[in-house]
Amino acid sequence: MAKENAFSLKFDTDWKYAPAPESTDHVEIKAKYDLFIGGKFVKPNSKKYFKSINPATEEVVCEIAEANEKDVHDAAKAARKAFPAWSKIGGKERGKYIYRIARLIQERAREFSVIESIDGGKPIRESRDIDIPLAAAHFFYYAGWADKLEYAFPNRKVEPLGVAGQIIPWNFPLLMAAWKIAPALACGNCVVLKPAETTSVTAMKLAELIRDAGLPDGVVNIVTGAGKTGAAIVNHKDVNKVAFTGSTEVGKMIQKTIAGTGKKTTLELGGKAANIIFEDAPIDQAVEGVINGIFFNQGHVCCAGSRLFVQESVKDEVIQKLKIRLETLIVGDPMDKNTDIGAINSKEQLKTITDYIKIGEKEGFEKFQANVAIPKKGYYCAPTLFLDVAQSSRLAQEEIFGPVLAIQSFRTVDEAIEKANNTPYGLSAGIWTDKGSKAFNMAAQLKAGVIWANTFNKFDPTSPFGGFKESGFGREGGMHGLEAYLKVY
Amino acid sequence: MELDFKNTPKIDQVGLVERADRFKTRSIKKEAKIQGLKLALNMIDLTTLEGKDTEGKVKQLCYKGMHPDDSLDIPTVAAICVYPNYVAIAKKALGTSGVKVASVATAFPSGNSNLKVKLEDTRIAVDAGADEIDMVISRGKFHQGEYQFVFDEIATIKEACGKSRLKVILETGELGTADNVRRASDIAIWAGADFIKTSTGKISPAATMPVTLLMLEAIKDHYLKTGKMVGMKPAGGISDSKTALQFLGMLRETLGNEWMTNEWFRFGASRLTNDILLQLKKQETGFYQSGDYFSKD
Repeated sequence: MAKENAFSLKFDTDWKYAPAPESTDHVEIKAKYDLFIGGKFVKPNSKKYFKSINPATEEVVCEIAEANEKDVHDAAKAARKAFPAWSKIGGKERGKYIYRIARLIQERAREFSVIESIDGGKPIRESRDIDIPLAAAHFFYYAGWADKLEYAFPNRKVEPLGVAGQIIPWNFPLLMAAWKIAPALACGNCVVLKPAETTSVTAMKLAELIRDAGLPDGVVNIVTGAGKTGAAIVNHKDVNKVAFTGSTEVGKMIQKTIAGTGKKTTLELGGKAANIIFEDAPIDQAVEGVINGIFFNQGHVCCAGSRLFVQESVKDEVIQKLKIRLETLIVGDPMDKNTDIGAINSKEQLKTITDYIKIGEKEGFEKFQANVAIPKKGYYCAPTLFLDVAQSSRLAQEEIFGPVLAIQSFRTVDEAIEKANNTPYGLSAGIWTDKGSKAFNMAAQLKAGVIWANTFNKFDPTSPFGGFKESGFGREGGMHGLEAYLKVY
Repeated sequence: MELDFKNTPKIDQVGLVERADRFKTRSIKKEAKIQGLKLALNMIDLTTLEGKDTEGKVKQLCYKGMHPDDSLDIPTVAAICVYPNYVAIAKKALGTSGVKVASVATAFPSGNSNLKVKLEDTRIAVDAGADEIDMVISRGKFHQGEYQFVFDEIATIKEACGKSRLKVILETGELGTADNVRRASDIAIWAGADFIKTSTGKISPAATMPVTLLMLEAIKDHYLKTGKMVGMKPAGGISDSKTALQFLGMLRETLGNEWMTNEWFRFGASRLTNDILLQLKKQETGFYQSGDYFSKD
C-alpha cells in the first residue's frame, strides 16, 4: 500500500482566471409575486408576503405571496373546474401545449438560469448547463407521450387521476417543477404546485410562461408558501394525487395524513448514497465522479454520493487525489461562470451543515477542508471530507444535504454491499470498477433505485428515478413516470 | 520499483472526455486572457517538418520565432522544431536569442527503422547543436505487446541525447485506446523522457484535450510517487487561441504552477502563433486586423 508522501502540487498559480460574472441586466424580477390561480395572478387571501433571499449576497430578491387554506382551496377549485375539458381535449392537443412550454423554456433559458442562480445560490454553470436544459427536456419528453399513452400500457385502459397536488424542494426549483408538471399534464391531469419557500421565483416565472403559452386557465396553478401551505394541498378534498419531493420526515407525515383517503402518492425523499471505488477502478475518473457526486449543487442533491467506500488497497491514493482535487475547486459567487461551488441555499441549511461538521469533529474523525477562498458575505461552506468515518457515526448515517463527504473503507465485495445497504435510505449508488461483471453483480445486490457505474449524478428524462426504503416510492421520469399520474385498468 | 507495463492504471474514456470538456467551460477573459496568450506564445515549438523544407524556410521561421511581431510587447516562442539536417542552420540563425532548437529524430514520423539508424539520427541532431530531441516510439512493437523493447529503445535514445532534453512522441492517434496512451506514457516516463508528446502532426486525431489530460495525469502520478517532474507537449491540431487557453486552464488545474512555464509545457504548433498575435492585437487595439498584417511564414 503506497503511503502519501511529501510531493505536492501548487494550485495558487501566477496565472489566474479573471472574474467572469454572468450579466444579470437582461433579467426582470418583480418586487412582489402573487399566486397563479385559474390563469391569473391573484393577491393572497392571507394578505401576507414573505421575502426571498439571495443566499450569495443575503439581499432580498423579492417578496412572495403566502397562500393560506382559502388560497389553496381556490387553486384546487380552479384545477377541478379545468379538469373535464383538459382531460377530454385529446393527447395530441395536450402534447402541443407541452411542446410549447418546452420551447418557451429553451427560448428563455438564459433568463431562467440567471434567476435560478440569484434565487437559489447554485453556480450559473450548473443552472445554464444542467437545470434549465433538463427542465426543457422533461417537457419535450412528456409532450411526446401525451398522445401515445395507450402504447405505454398496451391492452389496458388508462384515465387521468384528476387534480395533482405537487410539492417540490428547493434544490432544483425549476427542474423539479418540470419533473412534476410535465407528466401530470401529458396524462391529462390538472395541477396545483407549491414550490419551496426559499426558491419560488423561477416557479412564478414558469407561471408567466405557462400563461404566455396559452394553456387553458386553471390547468396549472402555482401557490407559494411554506409547510402550512403544503399541508393544505395534501389535505384538500379535491386533490386526487399527492406528489412530494423533500425530506423523509415530511414524507412520512404526508403518508399518515392521506391514509384512507384514496389519494395516490409518489414520494421522493432523502438519500445517503454510497459511491464505491474498487481497486481495479479508473482512479482519476472515479475521483472526479466522487467530486461530482458530492459537490454538485453544493451537495443539495437527494441522490448525492455522500458516503464514499474505497477499497483499502487504493485508499491512500484516492484520498490523496481527492485532497488535491479539492484545492482546485472554485467556491464563490454563483454568478461567476468559473464557479464550481456556489452558495448554500439558506441560512437554516448552512446551520444544519455546520452542525453536522461539528458533530464529525466531536466524533473525532479527521476533517479535511481545502484551502480555498470563501466570500465573507453570503452563506458558504467549504467542501469538506471526513476520513475513516465509522459505519456507526452520525456522519455516515444521516443525510447532511451539503458539501460534506464521509469516507469509509472496505476489504471485500460482500463487505461493500453490506455497508452500502446498511442505511434506512435507498435512492442511489455508484460503482467504480473496470470489470463489467463486478459492476452488474453489485448493481443487482445494492438496494437503491438508481445505480450508476463509472459515472454519477446523470439525469435524463427517459430514465426513471426514485427510491427504495425510506427514500420513497413511485418513479418519476421515463415511461414509469406516466403510471404515477394515471389510473390503469 | 517494480515496473509492469501490462498492468498500468485504468482509464475510463467516457469520464475522461467529460472531465476534459469541463475545461472548455472556463471563462478566460480580460487580463487573464492577455497573460494567458503571452504564456502560450512563449510555450510554442514553432515547427516546420515538410519534405519541401529549405534553408530559406528554416531561417524565416527562426526570425519569426525570435520576433513574432515587433509592434507588440510579447515574448519569443520556446523553440524552433526542424528535421536533423536543418539543426545547424537554425542554431546559427537563433544565435543567443534564447530560443531553443528542437529536432525530430529516430526515423520520424513512422519510427520504422532499426536502433542503429535511430541512434545515428539522434547523434547527428545532437552534434549539430539540437537542445531538444523529439523522438517517436515504435508503435508496431507497442501493439505487439513488446513493451520492454519500447522501453529499452527510449532509454537508449535518452542516453544518446546527452545534455539535450528528450521529448517522446507517443503518436496517440495510432494507439487506439486511452488505456494504451496511459501505458505508453508510463513506459516513456519511466524510460527517462523529459517530455511526453502526443503526436507527430502527421496523424489525426492528434492533440485532443482528453488525450492531453490523461497524459498530464500520468505525469502527475509519476510526480506524486517520485517527485520527478516530466514535461508535456500536445502537438498537432491546436490552431486557435481559445483552444490554447483551454489547454492552459487544464494544465493549471491538473499540475499547477510549477508546470506553467515553457520549461515544462509546450505547444507543438505552426498556425497557432498567428492566431495568438491576432488576438493580442485585438486586446490592444479593440479591433481584429486583417490576416495580411501578420507574417505568413
